[in-house]
Amino acid sequence: MLELRAITKRFGEVLANDHIDIRVEPGTIHAIVGENGAGKSTAMRIAYGFYTADSGEIVVDGEPRQIQTPHDAIRLGIGMVHQHFMLVDTMTVAENIVLGAEPGSAAAIDLSKASEEIRALSNEFRLSVDPNALVHDLSVGQQQRVELLKALYRRARLLILDEPTAVLTPQEVEEFFAILRRMREQGKTVIIITHKLSEVLAISDDVTVMRDGRVVGRVKTKETNAAELARMMVGRDVLLRVEKPEARPGETVLSVRDLSVTVGAGERGLRGVSFQVRAGEIVGVAGVEGNGQTELIETLAGLVPQARVSGAVIFRERDITKANARQRYEMGIAHVPEDRHRRGLLLDFDLSENSILGLHYRKPAVSVGPLLDLRGIRSRAREMIQDFDVRPANPDLPARALSGGNQQKLIIGREFGLNPKLLLISQPTRGVDIGAIEFIHRKLVELRDEGCAILLVSAELEEVTSLADRLLVFYHGRVVGEVDPKQSTQEEIGLLMTGGGDESQNSER
Amino acid sequence: MKLLRELLFPVIAVLVAFVVGGVIVWVIGDNPFEVYGLLLGSALTWPDGIGYTLFYATPLIFTGLAVAVAFRCGLLNIGAEGQLYVAAFACAWVSIKLGGTVIKGFDGSPIVYGSTSLPAVVLVPLAVLTAIAVGAAWGAIPGWLKARFGAHEVITTIMLNFIAVSLISYFTQYYYKAPGDPIMQSVPVGAAAHIPRLGDFVPGLPSRIPVNAAFLLALLACLLVYVFLWRTKWGYEIRATGANPSAAEYGGISVRKQIVLAMAVSGGLAGMVGINEVLGYRHLYYHEFSASYGFTGIAVALLGRNHPLGVILAALLFGVLLRGGIFVDAFSEHVTKDLVEVLQALVILFVAVGVNFRWMSNRFSMLRRSKV
Repeated sequence: MLELRAITKRFGEVLANDHIDIRVEPGTIHAIVGENGAGKSTAMRIAYGFYTADSGEIVVDGEPRQIQTPHDAIRLGIGMVHQHFMLVDTMTVAENIVLGAEPGSAAAIDLSKASEEIRALSNEFRLSVDPNALVHDLSVGQQQRVELLKALYRRARLLILDEPTAVLTPQEVEEFFAILRRMREQGKTVIIITHKLSEVLAISDDVTVMRDGRVVGRVKTKETNAAELARMMVGRDVLLRVEKPEARPGETVLSVRDLSVTVGAGERGLRGVSFQVRAGEIVGVAGVEGNGQTELIETLAGLVPQARVSGAVIFRERDITKANARQRYEMGIAHVPEDRHRRGLLLDFDLSENSILGLHYRKPAVSVGPLLDLRGIRSRAREMIQDFDVRPANPDLPARALSGGNQQKLIIGREFGLNPKLLLISQPTRGVDIGAIEFIHRKLVELRDEGCAILLVSAELEEVTSLADRLLVFYHGRVVGEVDPKQSTQEEIGLLMTGGGDESQNSER
Repeated sequence: MKLLRELLFPVIAVLVAFVVGGVIVWVIGDNPFEVYGLLLGSALTWPDGIGYTLFYATPLIFTGLAVAVAFRCGLLNIGAEGQLYVAAFACAWVSIKLGGTVIKGFDGSPIVYGSTSLPAVVLVPLAVLTAIAVGAAWGAIPGWLKARFGAHEVITTIMLNFIAVSLISYFTQYYYKAPGDPIMQSVPVGAAAHIPRLGDFVPGLPSRIPVNAAFLLALLACLLVYVFLWRTKWGYEIRATGANPSAAEYGGISVRKQIVLAMAVSGGLAGMVGINEVLGYRHLYYHEFSASYGFTGIAVALLGRNHPLGVILAALLFGVLLRGGIFVDAFSEHVTKDLVEVLQALVILFVAVGVNFRWMSNRFSMLRRSKV
């Protein structure tokens, strides 16, 4: 169906694609895996006409083709769904889908005809999308299906999906995979870019592995396993499971009592949550995103206005419900936020400036009076960069220049450097590549064994179950169950996450 | 290297503006090289050209700094104009009241405006601090309105400009104008409030040229602003707030406080224009003296990339244009000083385009980097 032959693409000094060959058989699901920066997206953007290759050729259906723009690609039956959706919120599904490919004459768009076609497509692949619904009323999963429809409506035979599962809940991922399988049955070809190995193994027929701009492996999915793929991606053996000794919990560090938080008009993000975290243990919070986890962490970090909070937060026998973010920080509560670009970093500031965020007003960052000790800050940043393996190791670079994984390592270095008594950590490895994930997980366990109490929120069920010593399941702003992650199966936890648990009413106190 | 990169876009913008301006001159019917020769020649001769260029640049350094500080906190201070007016008036008021101003009435009898006469060592610092404090207070108002009610500073500062000008017009007209004076200006300030002109101590520079100690104060302000923004925890907090308010909040910084603080510092800097105008130049409050210094300050900050050093360079360029414009007007065949305004506008235009261009090129390289 599609073949890239010796494609080379250079951005300035960076060789993003170095003579790569990718061969995608018709009617298959083909996974392209690699760490961030391996060149996966570049290769696919070349296939879709976003970029033009410096050299090499693209072969579609056995014939060499020039693909200069996305228009050329669409004409050849290639469609692409981006990680960030390109939909107009205030328009209906049908309007979004026909946008740029309007049926009928230029003056009068025949929307009803389009709606019919869309409905037919939606039924064919069982997408259950209503063409007349407004996009902003749709869930993220549904919006993604609108993107799929957009490509199908333009008669795509080959769909390129860039990290499609990054925004989906575990249930949505399952549904999404079912859709992909139906597409394959109908003769469509799918390329899926990802770095989640479990998904690769679950959905694909063939795998192409990329590293540092080169193709380092081509395998049949049936003939490989996660360890082998990880080794190819990273170039060395990678520990996929977290190895941790038994937890030895000490005294109670954090005690949350009947905590409620309102969001918006009377709506409650948290509804009477109570739990405790002890020194030396990792308490995980599982749940579909948007069930109160964000509110929980932000409230505990002191970032939610007092007026919206009720209940009590006790930290080391002190009531800190009314303390602000800085006071909590000073007491030894560190926070790795879920969204590092929005909360955790000043992207335009350099690494040494980022290394003091939150500590910038006191010693050792400040020397005399209000003056910052720039030299000291820089040398401590350099140490932190070394200890936490942040690359490139240059404290003068802006944080923006780093990959997601390295940005995360910088934040973790900063927060761990506090020697916290309590760590609030949310989505620690989101958008982080495998090598860094392993590193971050190891550091978390180390911190736990030094006696820190850790509250861990993650949308990756696998991550919370493998790291946590105890697991709280959140649903609709409530704790609907506490489970032992070693004793429970993913299915049991998944059921609780969707509100299917029996004990949901009398939640754990 | 980094410095060179920072300078590159503004310098290109200025050069392009001059080329386009040259074409306009040529179309009008003059020789662009002669006109530019006249412009630069008149602005850069010693002592008159340079003296006046520095004099014109002084208020623009203050307002450029004012806009830059606010901008570093993510705020667009359009209110420097109002801030400098209230500050200049307050500066004059203190210097009249405590400077012992007495003038002759129609009948020859004295009219006492200021009954106290403080010595210069006290009066000058007091008048200087008054200008800064009043400017800061006037600037803090829109800061507070934003922090407390979320009112957008662009709207509130513009409105406060109108209020400032009208309020001061009222006070000048009815309370501090000499009886019968046809010009809207206050009575003169006490002689003790005068600050020296540079000509008083720079050899070769005649004292008739009004560039004064306020210019040195402007340079000092640049240094202090630099230290404040990049070497103190307060500056860190202001810049963090401007760079990413959510992250600043996460870092335990009160975003509201920073907004008020940045606007106050900004207003104080704008207010320092009053020192140049009242204490250094006219020695009275002359109503509507500002040749849009507050608004030109936005252009100065933009061209100077919101950096004190850049602000100095940009203000000097605008000083050259203002000074040279007068001579172009007088001595060229067809071109008037309108050309200077066209040139100014072109510079700003191309800087704005350049900023966008930079922004776009950043975006592109980010896109490419983000998912290679």
